[in-house]
Amino acid sequence: MIELLIADACIGCDKCVDACPTNVFERTATGIPVIARQSDCQTCFMCEAYCPTDALYVHPQATPVSEEDLDAEHIGRYRAELGWGNGRVPGARRAVGPKLPHGPLPPRLPAAVLGGSA
Amino acid sequence: MTEPLDLSTDVLVIGGGPAGTWAALRARRAGADVVLVDKGYCGTSGATAPSGTGVWYVAPERSAREQAKASREALGGYLADHHWMDRVLDQTYENMNLLADEGRYPFPVDPDTGLQIRTGVQGPEYMRRMRAWIKRAGVRILDHSPALELLVDADGQVRGAAGYRRQADRDYRITAGAVVIASGGCAFLSGALGTNVDTGDGALMAAEAGVSFSGMEFANAYGIAAAGSTVTKTAYYGYATFFHADGRVLEGAGSSQGRSVIARTLLTEPVFAQLDRADPQVQQMMRAGQPNFFLQFDRRGINPFTERFEVTMLAEGTVRGTGGIDIVDDTCATSVPGLFAAGDAATRERICGGFTGGGSHNAAWAMSSGSWAGTGAARFARTVARVTASDLRPAGRAGLRPTGRPTLDTATVLAAARDELLPVEKNLLRDGPRLQAALGQLDGLWADATRSLGASGEERVRARQAAAITAVGRWIYHSALARTETRGMSKRSDHPDLDPAQHHHVLTGGLDTVWTRTGAVRNSLLVAS
Repeated sequence: MIELLIADACIGCDKCVDACPTNVFERTATGIPVIARQSDCQTCFMCEAYCPTDALYVHPQATPVSEEDLDAEHIGRYRAELGWGNGRVPGARRAVGPKLPHGPLPPRLPAAVLGGSA
Repeated sequence: MTEPLDLSTDVLVIGGGPAGTWAALRARRAGADVVLVDKGYCGTSGATAPSGTGVWYVAPERSAREQAKASREALGGYLADHHWMDRVLDQTYENMNLLADEGRYPFPVDPDTGLQIRTGVQGPEYMRRMRAWIKRAGVRILDHSPALELLVDADGQVRGAAGYRRQADRDYRITAGAVVIASGGCAFLSGALGTNVDTGDGALMAAEAGVSFSGMEFANAYGIAAAGSTVTKTAYYGYATFFHADGRVLEGAGSSQGRSVIARTLLTEPVFAQLDRADPQVQQMMRAGQPNFFLQFDRRGINPFTERFEVTMLAEGTVRGTGGIDIVDDTCATSVPGLFAAGDAATRERICGGFTGGGSHNAAWAMSSGSWAGTGAARFARTVARVTASDLRPAGRAGLRPTGRPTLDTATVLAAARDELLPVEKNLLRDGPRLQAALGQLDGLWADATRSLGASGEERVRARQAAAITAVGRWIYHSALARTETRGMSKRSDHPDLDPAQHHHVLTGGLDTVWTRTGAVRNSLLVAS
């Protein structure tokens, strides 16, 4: 769910108010929008993608979480992976997924192999 | 409240996902004035935008096309139509090339050939480009403007729609020469990624105008996600092993054929998964292909390749099932004059039969059916004289105009409907008596809603959602009861075998009295018995 709207980073562009498909945010007189209807958040991460200053954070848990579950190091990473923002290359240019397995499953791999990347 | 916003246009498109945006684009190209209304924001609304998807993009080469068509025939219970598969393959090929050349979509380039790889799209980028493209083409977009009901004339022809601009607290009425319903499927507010705007609103509106539905028994898709999360990218679980809590492998479990094993196990114990069949190269490709898939892991400190994590199943209803509004000709017209249907809102049986899941066919269907509906609507609109909204009848009933006092609480209706539609033991692991019992509850709920569910202002949006989910649930269970066999994703434990005598479509419709009948399968590999 949407958990953070960092007022210090917000430039008051109201893009989140526009882009949220379930109308979670509300414009305010101060220019900084508020999370007005958190329970309507569908945890789709689109607001983060559209926020030009990385002032929003969506936790992947679809129900509210406590503050200690929020890891600030992830703020802005999704937008970076999409390659959105000035000077970035669209992630779509790199978006070639793996072949999806059909028929017999690929073999299980040992931990040493699995831990090699990711 | 202020006076309603009154607009008049040639073509009104309801819904701004892939089907709606392609419909709007094609209607503009056919010379029509176009207004597109979206319940949320055209560009982020729906199942495609937050995700990533393969596309059924197959070069027009005979053996490749034959192979593409054959791959799903048996899974879909031989209900697909080769005429439609051929034209969807053609249209999708044309559209994807147009998306590259005119829509300026940044496809990846194959380093070996130097050619673009056009077999998939990243959802956020795709829908952002579609929005920009249709705006450039002159489509007028109304965001945050859920349609609430259709407007019909004295002959029953659809002539527009009425709705509510929720950020402006203002009603709207839009008269149109033709209306395209591209409002998505119905996933019962399950929380599956991006689907909470897909509540069957278009199905309910269209039913109030008199359309039929086809394949609604194939409306029980469930996606796999990490427990508590929303990201249902079930295809990636093809690289997973599933486990009991104590680490024993859950035998027979899998992302495609073994999904019911997972469902059955989840009834009594938690199930865990690990993507332990993905080698480092596959892992990197997964991340590049679907960055959204990893949010649920990275942000919780889980490495899904080396650690087991608990999984859940989220209902995806008709979004990744195949049922929807029946279409009666190649323009995606419905049986009601002036009304066209596209994307998840329309039946996808034409190309998938009784099974889809996510991805390539759905994306191809959305852009192809959207293109035909948009072009068809533009042509139809030329034959229609303009009217004013006050000459039309608003067709909405339950949730808007109850026959009695509006004493029912929206949240209560919604919770009761979801109780019958979300549990896997009712909608996925089906048998006759359980289906009957669930249907009995929904029928009672519908009668109550018709009599006593009504609201004003913004609350109407929620009331209509609750009514729509209830109505869709009744068409699903009536159809599931009518198919006394196992075919495609419609599996009955009391009728576990395919019955060759039921090689037909199940059609349904009706509001207070729901009916079902059979429809002939056309251009199948099998001849209907």
